[in-house]
Amino acid sequence: MTGAEGAIPVPAGPATPAKDARPRTGRLPSGWRVVAAKEFADHLHSLRFGILFVVLGLAAVVPLYFVSDTLRSVATQASGTQAIFLALFVAYYSPASGVAIPPVYGFVGIVAPLLGVAFSFDAINAERSDGTLPRLLSQPIHRDDVIVGKFVAGLAVIMLVLVSVVVVISGFGIFRLGIVPEPEAVLRVIAWLGFTIVWVSLWLAFGLLLSVVIRRAATAALAGFGVWVLLQVFGQVLVGLVAGVVAPYATAASAQEQIDLKNLSDAITRIVPLTLYQEGSSVLLNPTVTTVSTPATLGQLAQYAYQHQIPQLLSLDQSLLLVWPHIVALVTLTLACFALAFVRFMRQEVRA
Amino acid sequence: MSPTSRRRPAATGPSSRRARLRARASRISATGDAVAPILTRALTKRYGDLVAVDSLDLEISAGEIFGLLGQNGAGKTTTILMLLGLTEPTSGKARVVGLDPARHPLSVKRRVGYLPDSVGFYGGLTGRENLRYTARLNGLAGHESEARIDEVLGQVGMVDRADTKAETYSRGMLQRLGIADALVKDPEILILDEPTAAIDPIGVVEILDLLRQLADEERITILLSSHLLSQVQSTCDRVGIFAAGRLIGVGTVPELSQRFGEPTARIEVSLDDVDVPGAGERAKTILANVPGVTAVQAPERGRVPWVLLAAPDEASAVRVAVLAAAAREGLQLTGIRPVEPSLDDIYRSALHATGLAGNGRVAA
Repeated sequence: MTGAEGAIPVPAGPATPAKDARPRTGRLPSGWRVVAAKEFADHLHSLRFGILFVVLGLAAVVPLYFVSDTLRSVATQASGTQAIFLALFVAYYSPASGVAIPPVYGFVGIVAPLLGVAFSFDAINAERSDGTLPRLLSQPIHRDDVIVGKFVAGLAVIMLVLVSVVVVISGFGIFRLGIVPEPEAVLRVIAWLGFTIVWVSLWLAFGLLLSVVIRRAATAALAGFGVWVLLQVFGQVLVGLVAGVVAPYATAASAQEQIDLKNLSDAITRIVPLTLYQEGSSVLLNPTVTTVSTPATLGQLAQYAYQHQIPQLLSLDQSLLLVWPHIVALVTLTLACFALAFVRFMRQEVRA
Repeated sequence: MSPTSRRRPAATGPSSRRARLRARASRISATGDAVAPILTRALTKRYGDLVAVDSLDLEISAGEIFGLLGQNGAGKTTTILMLLGLTEPTSGKARVVGLDPARHPLSVKRRVGYLPDSVGFYGGLTGRENLRYTARLNGLAGHESEARIDEVLGQVGMVDRADTKAETYSRGMLQRLGIADALVKDPEILILDEPTAAIDPIGVVEILDLLRQLADEERITILLSSHLLSQVQSTCDRVGIFAAGRLIGVGTVPELSQRFGEPTARIEVSLDDVDVPGAGERAKTILANVPGVTAVQAPERGRVPWVLLAAPDEASAVRVAVLAAAAREGLQLTGIRPVEPSLDDIYRSALHATGLAGNGRVAA
């Protein structure tokens, strides 16, 4: 109103006061739980859930099918060794001719990120384009409830799928191959499961970020899958090329220089998160893997060579210690993606 | 819209309404004095150089239907978002149910029902499931929420389509469901952004009737924005005319027409038998000679009414004099009525009066 307007005319309505807050039954629920419950139900009913369940199921069953014969044949000799149950997850099939089949964790490492992106690439932008976002935000919830609820729902679905897959593999091992897991092996599988959930939630957070930044869900999906192809399929090849140019350790002059360059090369290849996941998984699932990095000095190298004369098994806590940096790196990446998505979402205008 | 959903809004269950009114009455005695449900003082929102809302002073009292009128981009939606705490004002203050929406957004949003512009629903869920989600977010669950959902679906006339998926709904049905959605939380204030957009004419009447009923019987304060001026004219108690972020006039429609309307009153006169040669000329002379008539606009052809112009305070005297003259001169008078200025006219002349006409701002 312009200043010249003066007093605002208020009609003298009936003298009933404002419709005031009457005691409401029930306190406000924590908003993210309501959002998460609804999103979780939506995910379970969605077509993409069925598709991804099948894809991930295949990723688990195909390697299992190929290694089961090998496992059966060696099981008699190997019975009593701790690692035989874990072999279900780490054994791979490389015939003299034909296609090599990577181990379960290799398949999961490549395919599972699709799961993360698929359940989050349209989290925010679809609400926006469907016109449901203003309506949702005008309900008595905080804005962060929306993004947190969606992240939690995605995480819950991923956990559901991954746990089912692991249970199927274990069940196959126990009932079809007669491999009874040691408690330590069960703990290792659980640790690997947790690690894998972190790995997939990194991609979930990345998809969420895309859904906040990119307005069109289809574009966000393309971007997500493009990055997936780039990092998962070509990433290790490309980074390997770069590492070969920057740190050509094979042609190094002295032994120490060779060790230094190998370390540099290792560091470069770990730029690709898939490397982190695969290294971490191999350590968690395989107690015979006792190292993930090249020794830093010649002395360590000598010690390492000496240790390997006797095959040894790491206990779980030692394995965890070995891949602790990998776990921290993946958790940090996940949190960074989520934080970025969160901040961008909080600052966006409600209107498109 | 399907024919089945085009029904009169079903009456609210009397028992539940009585219970609500009783609850409200007990509440009123507890609080005593009345706070204006919506109050803004010098409320301003800037986006960079663009002033979307320019020091807005607004006061809306309980049970009132207030119409916020303006072109697209006049700042209506920005104002609404500030009232809901969805956008922070650059300066000035806003109070909704006595609370600052920027600082107590949850309390405000619990008590204010909002229908956004071009509202959307989750296509994979049915209308009822969509409303259930909203009820849960508002802390309603179980039998209480189901009863409330049935009640609001009845109010907007959506009962028979409530269990089909929202993706099959027409625009008008989404709009009705949107109003039901805003009502689910049993709000004290309803803020409706373009509530009649995309609804067919019969549906518009139903929706406006419903709003009137909510304001009169349940004392819900309603703020609605619209650019379809003539539609909301009859329903709003008061209107505020918004242009370029500023409120250029507030009041009832007659008040505004007095301020911004044309300085002359218009009277329509319908005459029969003017096709006879010479009759038109004669009628024009007679009408022009009626005391108080300043000008006569003859119809171009056919039976379109004649229009007499007169000073506003003489308008009723002129009508009497026209009747007398018609009787005396033997004119076949078939109709005479004063022309009420429409809100569209008022809006246009208000824009002209304040020099904002043709200011085609698009950004809101």
